[in-house]
Amino acid sequence: MQTTHNQLYSSRAKLFTLGMKDCAPLILAAIPFGIIYGALGQSTELTAWAVVAMSVFVFAGSSQFIAVGLLASGAAWPVVVLTTFFVNFRHLLYSANLLPHVKPYSQSIRAPMAFLLTDESFAVASNYLTDHGKQENFHWYYFGAALFMYLNWQVCTLVGLFIGQSIPDMANWGLDMAMVVAFIGIVVPCLHNRATLACALTAGALSLITYDWPHKTGLLFSAVAAILVAMYLEAKSAQQTNAVGRVEQGANK
Amino acid sequence: MNEVLLILGMFVVTFGIRYVLFAVADNIEFPDKLKRALNYVPIAVLTAIIFPAVFMPKGELFVSTDNPYIVGAIVAVVISFWRKNMLLTVVTGLVAFAAWKWLLIG
Repeated sequence: MQTTHNQLYSSRAKLFTLGMKDCAPLILAAIPFGIIYGALGQSTELTAWAVVAMSVFVFAGSSQFIAVGLLASGAAWPVVVLTTFFVNFRHLLYSANLLPHVKPYSQSIRAPMAFLLTDESFAVASNYLTDHGKQENFHWYYFGAALFMYLNWQVCTLVGLFIGQSIPDMANWGLDMAMVVAFIGIVVPCLHNRATLACALTAGALSLITYDWPHKTGLLFSAVAAILVAMYLEAKSAQQTNAVGRVEQGANK
Repeated sequence: MNEVLLILGMFVVTFGIRYVLFAVADNIEFPDKLKRALNYVPIAVLTAIIFPAVFMPKGELFVSTDNPYIVGAIVAVVISFWRKNMLLTVVTGLVAFAAWKWLLIG
């Protein structure tokens, strides 16, 4: 009995640390963002408390950046909140994708899972689920990755608040490349047929064309259009397979 | 500026979006077609984040060998396709990016 208990705990701990480990490249990529956010926040009229509180309670990097930028240009708070809604709307797609994997859990586990859902935690989780399929203790893996991300974001916000201003020109170092290559490392292994490849190319091309649309709506539009293209190709190749099947069946008769 | 309302508002919309489907998960069952469509979410959304960062690093289209983001991204794509190893992809992509940037300056 005792052994099973210990085994259970060790497997949970293993999953938790595996989540942390898999998230490490994205943690590294997020460090400069957190520091730059803290530094930018410090330069607006926001109090230091508000800059930190936004990281603690909202925890959504790109919308925090946009919020700070809007506030600096004199936007009123309802404008920032509305923009946040549009900018973070893509998270609805993430939660829909993860839905089958959170169904086994109670609301008290689902709520913190949702709170910690970011581009990065979703990227790591979906990568893990693609490799492993349905997992019983998925939440331990997820919390390992997501809490590590959360803690890192808070520390970096504080670092940015206190020393960000003294690091010259950090925003222009090109440190966003770290996030780009991490996402490439997740997307490329998923491209294994025409539908997935077309999905990526459509999303990429449209995201360039719609880049100027307000509130990142172009990103959403591009993603949805790319998914529709992939679905169309998937249906078409299924039809072809069926047709080939029918011809072969006919030949066998 | 009311900071409390600002942060409360941002929290409500962000958490609301992230939680709404999880909250009602027991009562909804997506049709098969939608489930299959959702499998494409990681590819579609992440690529839509990657492309502008690589091809429009300053907000305008910049397709040139002078753009180190493109060089780094190509190396990362090739390595990822070849080895399917996340850490190796990140390291080689970043090194290629930094080296190209340094060469351009030097």
